[in-house]
This record gives sequence, structure tokens and C-alpha cells, in this order.
Amino acid sequence: METAAGVDACLPIRSDMDLVWVRQHVRQAAGLLGFGLVEQTKLVTAASELARNTLVHGGGGRMETAGLTNGHTRGLRLTFSDEGPGIPDLERALGDGYTSGDGLGMGLGGARRLVHEFAVDSTPGVGTKVTVVSWADRSPRPRGEF
Amino acid sequence: MPEHASTGQHGSPAREVGAFLRRRAEQISQRWADEPLFRTVFTVSRDEAVEAGRIVVDALAQVADTDQVHDPDAAGFTVVREQLSRMGAARSRAGFTTAQVSNDVDALRPPVENLLVADLPDEPTELVRDCTTALTVLMGTMRLVVLETALSEGQALIERQRLQLMEVATPVIKLWDGIVAVPLIGTLDSARSQVVMETLLEAVVDQHARFAILDITGVPTVDSLVAQHLMKTVAAARLMGAECVVSGIRPAIAQTIVQLGLDLGTVITRASLADALAYALHELGADIINATPGGAGHR
Repeated sequence: METAAGVDACLPIRSDMDLVWVRQHVRQAAGLLGFGLVEQTKLVTAASELARNTLVHGGGGRMETAGLTNGHTRGLRLTFSDEGPGIPDLERALGDGYTSGDGLGMGLGGARRLVHEFAVDSTPGVGTKVTVVSWADRSPRPRGEF
Repeated sequence: MPEHASTGQHGSPAREVGAFLRRRAEQISQRWADEPLFRTVFTVSRDEAVEAGRIVVDALAQVADTDQVHDPDAAGFTVVREQLSRMGAARSRAGFTTAQVSNDVDALRPPVENLLVADLPDEPTELVRDCTTALTVLMGTMRLVVLETALSEGQALIERQRLQLMEVATPVIKLWDGIVAVPLIGTLDSARSQVVMETLLEAVVDQHARFAILDITGVPTVDSLVAQHLMKTVAAARLMGAECVVSGIRPAIAQTIVQLGLDLGTVITRASLADALAYALHELGADIINATPGGAGHR
């Protein structure tokens, strides 16, 4: 798999200000890779949710972005990692309405619905790593949905 | 500086360098005028570049005279700061990074070094070496001074922009008797959404508003936190007797909200501010009717 120039980066997630940076970088990278406006918005929103999780629940961490190429399709992989307490009950965390903070509890599950590939690797006491991938020109879901 | 101790009949190497800089000021500034840092800033006239170069050379000579080649706070560097930071700032504005500007400044060293070596053909090798070292230190300090200035300018810029951002307040606009609107712009983080909520609720009381329109056209990303803030604002306004309408929901945002699983069912939403205003007017019994027959009428 090749990577695209100007897309690969590692951004720190330490404060609210960094979330702005994360969103802008993802928007820009997705634009460079030829994402349509809807896919771009979805990925940026997913990144915003996951980055906030990293900040609020993981106590800060980082986001790595990598451009992907699969045949003629170009994609973007975002990896959010932290060294926080980890997610004790992953199944529940992925379900809607569950929150350990005072949010809506839509972050993790919602982000999963906004991207094409989604993987969580969380070890209690060690940290959490969430990897998401979106492709520029592939319909994300079976027809009939958005 | 002990390693630059006086040698024989000569002054210290730094003073030697100072004397050399004065002697060759014209040639050095001529050569500098051809270097990128001067050439690209003084595009109109080469004489101006030479003049600026002369001022810098004089200032450097002054620093060398006082044996302070290693000290960025030396008095002579004040002039260097003024001159070079102006050029550095011009380069930065042209889109050059601090590192590139630093390289530009470094490029000023070789021509001077060549002149210095050529200037001391009959001197002992040791003295030549010491003088070259002193010159290198001097030019290195100058580079540091320029970088320092560039960085502090960056800091000042960030500070200015931060203040500017704070000024991007959220005005509450009275659209009609009993109808107020808040155009939301940018990131709705906790601090700003709190300000929005407070100003909106105050306006609802002050203006006896029955309808409050929250326009999110200028909000680039609506995630669950932003939605939560919106819903809290809507709920608070409702408690005060005002109905909220959220407008400016773009198609991409709408699809994202649905997939994210956010339920805005309890909130009245409209695609555009105009639609929201038409809705509020209609609810207030103030429908807008087109004067021309066959017009679209109210929405």
C-alpha cells in the first residue's frame, strides 16, 4: 500500500485546541485524497468523537493519519491511541447511550457507523487504540441507507 | 573568553575580526546584496540592499570590538535585530519557514569567511584559525538573534490571533418582534457554547422573544458534544418560554447526524435561516404574503 504526500502525520491530543487541529487536518487530508463532501464530513465527525474520547477518557494521546491506496481507491486511516485506563466493557461502550462521563454516549458507536472500517484494541490499565479507515469512493453501507 | 586571548602584537581575534569587518564593510555588503536574504527583500534597488548590509556589518563590528561575539544580548545586536528581523519577517510573510530564514542568514557567513581568509595571507595559521572561529561564533550568534526574533514574533502573532478569536463574539440579532437569531460560527467547544447559551437566554428575556433561531451554517462539524450543547440550549430556552429553531443544517451535516445516531427529534429544525424565520413568523401569525399575484407565498 502506498501513502499519499501531505496526508501522513502524527498529531498530539492534549487539549481542546488540539481537537480543532485534528479536525482540520482530517478535513484537509480527506480533501487531498478526493473524499466527497459527505464522506469528508462523516470522517471529520468520527475523528472529532474519537479524539475527544482520547482526550476525556484516555487522558490525552495522539492521532496518526496514513493515506491508503487500494487499486484506484484512496483511503485514510486514523489511529487514536492513549495510555489511559482502557475500556472495561467494550461491548457496552460500543452500544448507544452508554457513557462513563456526562456525554450522550454516542461517541464510539456513532463513530463506528460513520466510517468503513473500525477496530478497537483496549487493555484495561494499559491503554486504548482505535483504528478507523474510510475510502474515498466506495459506498459505505448497503444501498438504502445514506 | 580565554581561548580568544590576545596573541602577540595583535588584539584579540574578536577585535581582529572587528577591524576586518570595518575594513571590508563595503565588499561584504556588496556580496551580501547578492544573497537570497537581501536580494529577495530589497527587490527595488540593489543600493538599498547594500546600505542595509552595511548597517549590519557595522553593528557586527561593534559587537566584535567589545569581545562579545558569543552574547546575543550584546548592545550591537540591537541594530542587527532591527535590520535582519525586518528582512526575516518579510521572508516569513512570503511563506518561508523559520528554518529557511535561518539558512538564509547562514548563507551570509561563507562570503565573509572567504574575505577574512584572503585578508590574512601573511598571518600565522593559528591567528587565522582563531579569527575564523571568532567570526563563525559571531555569525552563529547573529543567526540565533534572528531566530529568537522570528520565534517571539510568532508568539506575539498567536497571542494577537487568540485575542481576535475571543472578539468573534456571538451576537444575538433581533429579526422581528419576538424573534431573535444567533448565528453560530466556528468550533462550539464548552467555553464558547456556554457564552452562546447565556447571551441567548439574556436576549430572550430582554427582547421578550417567543422564538430563538440558532443558525449553525458556520459550524463546520456537528458531533455529539455540539449536538448536546445545542439541545441543552434549546431546553433552557424552552424553560424560559421561547421556542428554539435550529437552522442552517447542510446536507452533509444532516447525513452525519443521522448516522451518528443523534436524535434531534425534539428540536424544530429548518434547512435555512430564511425557512426558520418564515416558520417563526407564521407561528406568530405574521405570515409574509407576496404582493404580486401568483407569488410563492409563505413557506
